[in-house]
Amino acid sequence: MSTATALSPNSKSLEGTILPPISWKGPITYTVIGLIAIFGFGLTVGGGDETNFVLSASSDAIKFGTLVVPSRALSVAIGVLILAIAAFAAYGAAKRIRYGAWLPSLVGVLGIISFLVWSGAGKAESLPIPLLLSQGIIFAVPLAFGAMAGLINERVGIINIAIEGQLLAGAFTGAVVATLTGNPYLALLFAPIAGALVGVLLAFFSIKYKVDQIVVGVVLNVLVIGITGYLFSTVLKNNKGTLNTPPGLSKIEIPILSDIPIIGSVLFNQNILVYLMFAAVILLQFLLFRSRWGLRLRSVGEHPKAADTVGIKVNRTRWINVMIGGAVAGLGGVAFTVMQGIGFGKEMTSGKGYIALAAMILGRWNPNGALAAALLFGFAEALRGTLSIVGTPVPTQFLAMLPYLATIFAVAGLVGKVRAPAAEGKPYEK
Amino acid sequence: MKLELRGVTKRFGKFTANDSIDLVIEPGQVHALLGENGAGKSTLMNVIYGLYDPDGGEILLDDAPVNFAGPGDAMAAGIGMVHQHFMLVPVFTVAENVILGFEPTGKSGIINLKEARKRVREISDRFGFNIDPDALVEDLPVGAQQRVEIIKALSRDAKILILDEPTAVLTPQETDELIGIMRQLRDSGTSIVFITHKLREVKAVADKITVIRRGKVVGSADPTATETELASAMVGRSVSLGVEKSPAVPAETRLAVENLTLLSDNGVPLLEGVSFDVASGEILAIAGVQGNGQTELTETILGSHPSAVGSIKLSGKELLGQSIRGVLDSGVGFVPEDRSKDGLIADFSIEENFILDQHDREPYAKGLSLDLAAIEDAANKYIEQFDVRTQSSKALGSQLSGGNQQKVVLARELSRPLQLFIASQPTRGLDVGSIEFIHKRIVAERDHGTAVIIVSTELDEVLALADRIAVMYEGKIIGIVPGNTSRDILGLMMAGLPYDEAQAEADKHTTILAAADEDSDNPIGGAL
Amino acid sequence: MSVSSEHAPAPEAKAPEKGAAPSRWTTALRDMASSSATVIIFAILGALILAAVLIAAADPTVQKTAGYIFARPADFFKAVWDSVSGAYSALFRGAIYNPDAATFARKIKPITETLTAATPLIFAGLGLGIGFRSGIFNIGAQGQVVLGAVVSAYFGFAFNLPVVLHLIVAIIGGFLAGGLWAGIAGFLKARFGANEVIVTIMLNSIAGFLMSYLLTTTAFMRPGSNNPVSQRVADTAMFPKLLGQDFRLHWGFVLALLAAVAVWWLMERSVLGYRFRAVGFNPDAARTAGIKVERMYLYVMLVAGGLAGMGGVSQTLGTEGVLQEGVAGSIGFDAITVALLGRSRPAGIVGAAILFGALRAGSPLMQTDSNTPIDIVQVVQALVVLLIAAPPLVRAIFRLPVPLKEVAA
Repeated sequence: MSTATALSPNSKSLEGTILPPISWKGPITYTVIGLIAIFGFGLTVGGGDETNFVLSASSDAIKFGTLVVPSRALSVAIGVLILAIAAFAAYGAAKRIRYGAWLPSLVGVLGIISFLVWSGAGKAESLPIPLLLSQGIIFAVPLAFGAMAGLINERVGIINIAIEGQLLAGAFTGAVVATLTGNPYLALLFAPIAGALVGVLLAFFSIKYKVDQIVVGVVLNVLVIGITGYLFSTVLKNNKGTLNTPPGLSKIEIPILSDIPIIGSVLFNQNILVYLMFAAVILLQFLLFRSRWGLRLRSVGEHPKAADTVGIKVNRTRWINVMIGGAVAGLGGVAFTVMQGIGFGKEMTSGKGYIALAAMILGRWNPNGALAAALLFGFAEALRGTLSIVGTPVPTQFLAMLPYLATIFAVAGLVGKVRAPAAEGKPYEK
Repeated sequence: MKLELRGVTKRFGKFTANDSIDLVIEPGQVHALLGENGAGKSTLMNVIYGLYDPDGGEILLDDAPVNFAGPGDAMAAGIGMVHQHFMLVPVFTVAENVILGFEPTGKSGIINLKEARKRVREISDRFGFNIDPDALVEDLPVGAQQRVEIIKALSRDAKILILDEPTAVLTPQETDELIGIMRQLRDSGTSIVFITHKLREVKAVADKITVIRRGKVVGSADPTATETELASAMVGRSVSLGVEKSPAVPAETRLAVENLTLLSDNGVPLLEGVSFDVASGEILAIAGVQGNGQTELTETILGSHPSAVGSIKLSGKELLGQSIRGVLDSGVGFVPEDRSKDGLIADFSIEENFILDQHDREPYAKGLSLDLAAIEDAANKYIEQFDVRTQSSKALGSQLSGGNQQKVVLARELSRPLQLFIASQPTRGLDVGSIEFIHKRIVAERDHGTAVIIVSTELDEVLALADRIAVMYEGKIIGIVPGNTSRDILGLMMAGLPYDEAQAEADKHTTILAAADEDSDNPIGGAL
Repeated sequence: MSVSSEHAPAPEAKAPEKGAAPSRWTTALRDMASSSATVIIFAILGALILAAVLIAAADPTVQKTAGYIFARPADFFKAVWDSVSGAYSALFRGAIYNPDAATFARKIKPITETLTAATPLIFAGLGLGIGFRSGIFNIGAQGQVVLGAVVSAYFGFAFNLPVVLHLIVAIIGGFLAGGLWAGIAGFLKARFGANEVIVTIMLNSIAGFLMSYLLTTTAFMRPGSNNPVSQRVADTAMFPKLLGQDFRLHWGFVLALLAAVAVWWLMERSVLGYRFRAVGFNPDAARTAGIKVERMYLYVMLVAGGLAGMGGVSQTLGTEGVLQEGVAGSIGFDAITVALLGRSRPAGIVGAAILFGALRAGSPLMQTDSNTPIDIVQVVQALVVLLIAAPPLVRAIFRLPVPLKEVAA
C-alpha cells in the first residue's frame, strides 16, 4: 500500500483571507458626481445668481409661488451632501454592506437638481417643474410600454429588436382607427392588434424558421417603416381629414389625489394611457413572479428544455408571449398619435423603440426597473425641450445622448451586473 | 405499474438510435438498462418520456397502449424522469422548480407558494432529503440538485421513475445514498428504470438487467451474472480493459505546481493552495468528482485564469502570468475536457482544425498569409498517422464522429515537441476502439519522456493509466497516492477524507461497489 | 487486438442534443449558405410580388375597380397590371437603362447611378460581413458611416493639401474615424464583455447627435450661414469622376471593388482572417488554442468600422461634397441587409449592394412617373432579406425541391 511520503503536504488553509473583491464603483461614481456638482455646477456661476423654479401648475388647487434659490450656494451644498453619501457608501463598501437601489437613486436625483439649478442660474425664465415632470411622464409612456414588450419577449427567450416597428405599427393603426371611428379609445383596442401582428412575423421567422432573432427584428423594423411610410404617402397624405386626424385622449382627473401639491397634477391628472402604463407595470411585476403564466414564461426563457420535460409547450409559450409583447408595444405606439391627438407621420417613432430596449436593459428585465429607466429617459427628453427654450450652457444634443450613454455604461457593467435570460436568442430544438 | 415496449424504433436521419426494442419493466422492480455511451439508452428513455416521437413500435402501460404527445402526457400517466443533465431552472427556487408545469393555483392563476413549499417538504421529509424549498437551485450542490429532481418526479405521483446516468456526477458515497433511495422507492412500489454504463452499480441494485448495444437489445441478465459476462454483452466481444504499459521510469521533475490558488469572480475559492509535481516520463492522474476544481486546475496551467496566484514551473520556467499562447509555446500540449466546445471548431475543415494553435507559423503561414498547400499536406499526414476516419481533409469537423474528432485534437496537440501533455476526460463518450487507441497514444507519449497529466472522473480510466493519482476535492488536493490505490480509498478521498482517514474508514465499511469489486474476476474492468 | 471494425461513428455525435452548439451567427450563416442561388432568385421574385400587392392595393384606380370587381373583373386586373407594371418599369428605367432618354449618355446614366448608390453599400456591407463572420453582430454601421463622413468632410474642407495627397489624407481620416467609433464597441466587448448589439445601437444614435452638434459649430458651418450644412469639400479632396462630369459615378466605386478583393484575401487567405473566422465559429476553441479572442474582437471592429466609415467617405468625397444631416441616409441599416443577402461574402455583398443600389437609384423616377413612393424600396429590401433567411419558406411558397443534404440531415 502507499506510504506516507506519497501524500502531499496538507495545503495551508486560506480561510479568512478569501473574500469577495470590494466594489468601489459606487463610491467613486458618487464622488465624481459630487465634485461635478461643486466645481462644475456650483462654483462656475456668479455669486449673486439665483435660479427660479415654478412649483405649481396653473390648474393646481394649492398654489406655491415661484421658488427662488441662490444658485451657487445650493449647488455647493448639494455637492457636499453627495460627497457625504459617497463617504457613507465607501464605508459600506469596505464593510461589504449592500445598500439597495435607493442610494444611487438619491445621488441621481440630487445630481439632477444641482444640474437644474446651474442651468437656470441667473436666467430671468423660471424652470417649470410640474411641466417638466408631466412631460417627462408623457415621453416615458411609449418607452415604458416598449420596454414591457421587450422584457416579456426576452423573458420568454426571444430577443425583440422589433419594438420600434411595433410602436410604429401601433401609432399608425391607432391614428387611423381613431380618425375613422372618431373614438380615441378604440385606438387602444386596435393598436395592440397591429403590434401583435408584427409579433406574429417575429415569431413566425424566429420560432418556426429559426432565423436569427436580431436579424428578424432589424429587418422587421425596416419592413414596418417601409409599409407605414408607403401607406402614409399613398393613402393618408391625400385623405388627411378622413384618415389621419385622430381625436386625442382627454385627461381624466382623479379627485382629491390630483390636488396634492406639485405631483398631484403630474400623476393624477393624466390621460388613460398613462394610468394604463402604471397599471401594466404593477400587474406585470406581480404576474411575472407570482403567477403560473409568469413562472412558465420565465422557465422557457431560462431553460426551455427543463420546461419541455415538465410538459410546457416551449414554442407555443413563445408564440403566445411574443404576440402579447407585440400587443403591449402596439399599445405604446398610441402615445405617438392618439394620446396627443396628432396625426401619424413617417418614421415618427424616430428610434424610441431602441431607447425602450435600453430602458429594459437598464431596468434589468424587471417591469419596475424598466419603468424607472423609462421615466428617467422621458424626463431627460422633457428637460432637453425645456432647456432649449430657457437656454442652457450645454448643447441639447449632449442631453439627448444621455439615455444611450447610460445604457452603454450599463451593459459594460459599470453600473452593476446585468443578467439577461439564459436562453434568449436561441431557437429551441428538442 | 407495468411498462412494456414493443418494437420501439427511433431514427435520426440515416442513423438508427433504437432498433425495434422490446422491454418489460415489472412493477416494483429496479430494472437496469446497461449499455455503452451512445448505445441508445437515453434516446429510448426520451421516447418513453414523450420527448421524441418513435418511428415505430408501441408503448404499453399496464397492458394498454399509450401515445404520448409530449412529456406532459407521460407525466400524467405516471412516468417521471431524472435526466442526466438536470432539468432545473438555475435561477428558480427549489419550490418553483418542483411545481413548474403543475402549479398549485386557484382559478386566478396565482401561485400558492405555501402549497408549493408543502409539497417539497412532504417528500423531502419522507425520504430524509433535507432540502430547503426556498433555496435557489443554482446555489445547491449537485447531489442536492439530483434530490430536487427526484422530488419533482415524486411530487407528480410517478409510478415509474427513470434515472438517466444518475451516478455520473456523484462520489461513491453519494452513490451509496442514491442506491439506498432507490431501494426505498422500490419497496414502496415505484418501478425504477436505472440507466447506466457502470457494471458495479447494476450488480449492486438491479433486480433485472437489460443490455443494449448499438440501439438493439442484445440480452438480459440477472444481477448474479459476472461482470465479464455483462461487459462482453455490452461491447459485443471480450474485452481487455487494462492498458498494456510498462512501469513508469520517472526522470527529473518537469512540472512543479506550488500553492496555486484561484478565486471565482464572487470570491469563492475554486483552487486552494494546490501543490504537486509531475516528473518527466510519468502519468499523474487527477481524480475527483466533476466540479471539484479539476477543470480550473488544467485551465490555470494553460493560462486561462490570469488572476490565479502561486507558482507553476515547467522545467524551472514560470508559466503563471503567461498568455495561453506563451504556455503552448513552452511545450505544453492541451486536450480540453469538452472537445466540441473547446477543442474543435465544428465549422472548420479538418485541415483548418489541425493548425488551430500553429496557424501563424512556418510551415503553415508565410508572412501574413496562409500556405494552403503546406496545410493540406500536414493534414493528410496526421489523418494517416492517427487513423482519422474521414473521406477528405476538407470535410468539416462537425462531420466526424466523436472518436475521430478527439483524434484530430490529439494529433494536433501531439504533433509538436512537448514537455508536458495535459488531457482532460480524453475518452469521454467515445467507443471502445477509440478509447484503446487514445490510451495507447498517451502511454506512448509518456514513454517518450513527456510529463503527462490526465484528468478523469472515471475511476476506471484513472486506475488504468495512472502512475500516481492526485485526488481533488473542493478545489484542494486531498492527497497524492500511488497508481494502485484501492477504489474504496479513492472514493472516500473524493468525498473529502484525507488518505489516512480514508484508509481507516475503508477498512471499516466496504461500499456496495467495492464489495462488487471484491467479487469481480476483473480487477480494473467495468465502466466503459 | 484488432479494433478496426469498431470505428463506426459514435452515435452520440449524431444525436441532436449533442455536438458543438454553433454560435448564433454560424447558424444564421449556414442557413444563408444552404440557400442556393435559386432560392435567392426566388426570394427576390417573391419580395417583388409581395411589394406588388402593396403597390396595387394603394392604387386609387385599383381600389375603384375593386368595388365592381365581380361586375367587370377585367377592369380590376387591368388596373392592377397598370399600377404594378408602371411602377416596376419606371424602377427599371431609373435604375438600369432608360430607352426613352434623348442621348446615349442619358440612356445609360441610370446604371451609373445604381453603381454610385451601391458604392457606400459595398463598403459598409463588407465591414458588416467581416463582423458577422467573426461572431460580432455589428448593428452600428450607421454610426460608423456618420463618423467616416464627418471626419473625411472635415479633412476635406479644413485642410489645404495638394491633389492626391489631400484625397488620401481625407480617406484615411474617414477610415480611422469609422474604425475607432466601432472600436469603442469592440473595446467594451473585449474588456467588459458588453453586448455589441446593444452598444452599437446606442452608438448609432450618439453619432447622429454628435453630427447634429458639430454642424452647429463654427468649425463646420459655413461662415455667415445658420444652416446645418458644412463647408464644401475642396476639389483636391474629392474622388475624381470615373466617366467624366456627366456622370456622378466616381473612383470610390473602384476603390470599393478593390476593398472587396482585399476583404476576400483577408478572410480566406490571411493569418488574421483565419483567426477572425476561428473566433467567429467557436471563440472557446480559439481561446484554448492560444488565439487572443478579445483582441480579435477589437481588431474586427476596427477593420469593420473602418470599412463602414469608408461608406461615409464615399458620400462626402464622392457624391455629396458637403456634410449635412441625412448624409448617411440609411446606409448603415441598408448595409445590414446587403451583408445578409450577400451571405457576408465579398462577391455576394457587391452583388447585393448593386441590387439595393438599383432600388435606390430607380425609386425617384418610380415616384415621379408612377406615383409609387420611395418607401416601397424598404419594403422590398426587408422582404428579400426575410425570405433569404428562411429558405424553407421560399421553397414552400414556390414549391421548390428541397436540397439533398437537407433531406439527409
